[in-house]
Amino acid sequence: MNLTLKIWRQKDAQSKGKMVDYKVTEISEHMSFLEMMDVLNEQLINTGEEPVAFDHDCREGICGMCSMYINGEAHGPDRGVTTCQLHMRMFKDGDTITIEPFRAKAFPVLKDLVVDRGAFDRIQHAGGYISVNTSGNTQDANAIPISKHAADEAMDAATCIGCGACVASCKNSSAMLFVGAKVSQYALLPQGQVEATDRVKNMVAQMDLEGFGNCTNTGACEVECPKGISLENIARMNREFLSANIKG
Amino acid sequence: MSGFFKSSIGRKYAMALSALFLMFFLLQHFAINILSVFSPNAFNEASHFMGTFWAVQYLLQPVLIFGVMYHFIMGFILEFKNRQARVVKYAKNNGAANSSWMSRNMIYSGLAILGFLVLHFIDFWLPEINTKYIQGDMSGLLADGEGFRYYEELTHKFVNPLRVGAYVLAFVFLSLHLMHGFSSAFQSSGVSSMRKQKLQAFGKAYAIIIPLGFIFIALFHHFNH
Amino acid sequence: MSVLDSKVPKGPLKTKWTDYKNHIDLVNPANKRNIDVIVVGTGLAGGSAAATLAELGYNVKTFCYQDSPRRAHSIAAQGGINAAKNYQGDGDSTYRLFYDTVKGGDYRSREANVYRLAEVSANIIDQCVAQGVPFARDYGGLLDNRSFGGVLVSRTFYAKGQTGQQLLLGAYSAMNRQIARGKITPFNRHEMLDVVKVDGKARGIIARNLVTGEIERHSAHAVVIASGGYGNVYFLSTNAMGSNATAAWKIHKKGAFFANPCYTQIHPTCIPRSGDYQSKLTLMSESLRNDGRIWVPKNMDDVMAIREGKKKPTDLSEDERDYYLERRYPAFGNLVPRDVASRAAKERCDAGYGVNATGEAVYLDFASAIERYGKEQAKIHNIANASADKIYELGAAIVKAKYGNLFQMYEKIVDQDPYKTPMMIYPAVHYTMGGVWVDYNLMTTVDGLYCIGEANFSDHGANRLGASALMQGLADGYFVLPYTIGDYLSHEIRTGKIPTDTPEFDAAEKEVTDKIDFFVNNKGSHSVDYYHKKLGKIMWDKCGMSRNAKGLKEAMVEIKALREDFYKNVSVPGAANELNAELEKAGRVADFLELGELFAKDALEREESCGGHFREESVELDGEQEGEAKRNDKEFAFVSAWEYKGEPGDAVLHKEELEFKEIELKQRSYK
Repeated sequence: MNLTLKIWRQKDAQSKGKMVDYKVTEISEHMSFLEMMDVLNEQLINTGEEPVAFDHDCREGICGMCSMYINGEAHGPDRGVTTCQLHMRMFKDGDTITIEPFRAKAFPVLKDLVVDRGAFDRIQHAGGYISVNTSGNTQDANAIPISKHAADEAMDAATCIGCGACVASCKNSSAMLFVGAKVSQYALLPQGQVEATDRVKNMVAQMDLEGFGNCTNTGACEVECPKGISLENIARMNREFLSANIKG
Repeated sequence: MSGFFKSSIGRKYAMALSALFLMFFLLQHFAINILSVFSPNAFNEASHFMGTFWAVQYLLQPVLIFGVMYHFIMGFILEFKNRQARVVKYAKNNGAANSSWMSRNMIYSGLAILGFLVLHFIDFWLPEINTKYIQGDMSGLLADGEGFRYYEELTHKFVNPLRVGAYVLAFVFLSLHLMHGFSSAFQSSGVSSMRKQKLQAFGKAYAIIIPLGFIFIALFHHFNH
Repeated sequence: MSVLDSKVPKGPLKTKWTDYKNHIDLVNPANKRNIDVIVVGTGLAGGSAAATLAELGYNVKTFCYQDSPRRAHSIAAQGGINAAKNYQGDGDSTYRLFYDTVKGGDYRSREANVYRLAEVSANIIDQCVAQGVPFARDYGGLLDNRSFGGVLVSRTFYAKGQTGQQLLLGAYSAMNRQIARGKITPFNRHEMLDVVKVDGKARGIIARNLVTGEIERHSAHAVVIASGGYGNVYFLSTNAMGSNATAAWKIHKKGAFFANPCYTQIHPTCIPRSGDYQSKLTLMSESLRNDGRIWVPKNMDDVMAIREGKKKPTDLSEDERDYYLERRYPAFGNLVPRDVASRAAKERCDAGYGVNATGEAVYLDFASAIERYGKEQAKIHNIANASADKIYELGAAIVKAKYGNLFQMYEKIVDQDPYKTPMMIYPAVHYTMGGVWVDYNLMTTVDGLYCIGEANFSDHGANRLGASALMQGLADGYFVLPYTIGDYLSHEIRTGKIPTDTPEFDAAEKEVTDKIDFFVNNKGSHSVDYYHKKLGKIMWDKCGMSRNAKGLKEAMVEIKALREDFYKNVSVPGAANELNAELEKAGRVADFLELGELFAKDALEREESCGGHFREESVELDGEQEGEAKRNDKEFAFVSAWEYKGEPGDAVLHKEELEFKEIELKQRSYK
């Protein structure tokens, strides 16, 4: 199929960017979206133009590196997939596809479609861990039974790949789904209880500091999340935050 | 707790709590208004009680005014801050793919309700305050002293079709606002999804029935007088 | 006497590690504060090592090319992690895990290292659970296990199909704690481009800031390389697009020997290639082989009919199907080790029985599993005379619970529903057992330079068993390196801060900038990918699942010629001082073009078949094992460690003889 691409081009973090039109031809419907981008870049290199910079790595939907806003949706029109898993069969011959970086004040553009998601890391530094030393004589893994239900729910929260689609999709650029998922994973496990109060307070404080917007419960994040992280995690974080503040 | 209401989540709670309070008030307001359809007398009695009972006037009324103001002002502040969280807007954004119109436009439905409230205050509240506290007439009686004035004043307001139209429109916006606002308030308060599912249906019903009821009252009086 | 000293401590195997740890030199806490360690790569090995070293008190700097340590490719490991916990009571033990790993590696790994690995495996699970890793549990709240290829016990712990992700996030969380304490300084979007040696010791690295293009100098008392494997030398692999051998190769060029480069794991259950545009291959967890049966049609007519779309695989009756793994290996069936399963698939496809248009695919069928589970469920739920549809429905629900995310992934990529029609799979390059040579302390042949995880060669011999990579990465990072590095660093307490304004740093930086300048100024006519794809094709065709002397010799010549052409005609757009993905790739492919040649040379030298390395000249000619790989223990029971001498083709071979005291060398039989 033949396509018109409207792509955000921006030289570096300081420059102003703009949308630029490109044409690609003979795209197979079995290609992944990023393979289509490879075709475009090969074409640009061969004509002496600078290829489009975009983040990508594992190309199997787990590393969370790829981050394109395609036709007005994070990771494009398909559900439950990252950009690298989006296939061209979702598009039709002659389509015009708009491709933009994930946009949020807290995710500054570094170049073209590449953004800096360091804010997510800093939120994790603020409390995304359980303080346990690597002694080699930690208690036995089966010493504390954990109900299957809690373990499965913790796993569902922990599935977050930190791609930032939630922030990109949210009309307020809120990071609450990401933070909610991390808080929830630990809140659901007995191991996480000891530091629960400080964890949620510190992570929320860092989230606020990074300049993310506030959640207004539109639910866009949940729909666009490639891993189906549930809004329930935000509700749980709210509860945790309230109880942490009541406890002092 | 000091930093709580300065934090993003603390403000969510504040918005949710003020919303829950306002929704409760709305229910009460509706309950009294609907009386006007069935029994002018009952309506008059209830209105007089609300308008003169000290606890309502000096305790609940200020709380209500604070609640309304807080909800609006905080709503604006949050909207302003949320807009700041995205400096460069998307060239193409397909919000309809992942969220409801209501949820994305709370600020607009809210503004419409605010506009209505201004009209409503001019229509009812300011005259009330004027009569009761400036003129000092706490009797609640008509000028000729024949019975209560509340029902008369109510029906009088719904004569003008333009005003009725504005009211009807405002209630449509109220419905849209509640459509998202009801469940949103519970989500913000951290209510778990199990309970939320049950609340969801109730919320939808509330968001439709209450505004529809108000519309019915307005039209009823418009066409019956 | 070889120049290689493995430094394996004396004493009985079972107490070696404990005794050694008890006598190792320690660094006192006050002195640790004055010692810097650089860790390159933040996957399971690098991440866990960085966190543990920082926890001990060393000042750690981490480097990764991704935008966050959490994205390292360990994250893509699906199936699980082995540990000798014996929670299932099926007779597992440290010895058994050790034995399985050595046997699975076709007796080409170092006995003492593997025993240590098996010994600390149980600690890893304890540690990860304490960190909040949500492993799968049963209804009693205890940890669940599954079984993997090549073993007869259930010792694999898992977190859905995302075990690697969860373990990496665990290691990353441990890093976060240390970053918050200021003990780790993370350098994300940074790539190490050379190691700096001062007086024969590794003293720092030269790194490029991938956002600004700035070249930076970082010094340390020890450098740890944990940069993963070199599978991308094949262009198409299950590795991440950015996975590269640059760090490992640069240290090789600075004196670290490179061991067994020809040992590559070709994983049997990957989604087949669909066209020339393909940029990478996707793995489907080996755990699928627990329930999936692998087959191709028995008759060529059916193969043709399927390829032309005239028949569907479900049209074929049981006796028209060739379940070739069950036929050839009745004892292990579909759960033979990876190398065996891959070669068997290749054998069938080479014989013309491949079931897709490219002729490179076999079926992985869940129909029997769905039926089996369905009947089981019908019994559990007391459904008498359940209909076939009901049985299917019940069975599919169980399969979905076990493999749902994998099935969904398959459907997204291939656009076929694997619940209804068998999956198509084909082997793909997945893991490299070879890597930088290290001694028992995980130190390379350069003092103060360590190598851990997939980047080193040590534990998997010629073939890695499923769910062992995660185990090794975390064992190295959490429980081995943090002890053994102390032995070296205890002599560094008087060294003081290492300056970066020395001639050694000047020289290393110049080398790096010269290379970058060359690339951005070389106005050639071909993109980097053009060369990478060509290299990949040579590697796959001649150094792939089976190899022969003629092909390997050709490969060496072709790779060398390709490298020369690359330096003449490669085109790298953009500038050096900006975010430039093509420039990054150019440097990595340049290194692959050297490594590939050494790979072929090593494969040529090893005239035996062992593990992932199958030499067509070395097969069993008769008997029960006819046609199977033939190992030659008399002549090849050694590690090939290559010393760099200016050109990959001129590398000098050093042999580390492998001694097996606890295990008798036997032919690996899975029949």
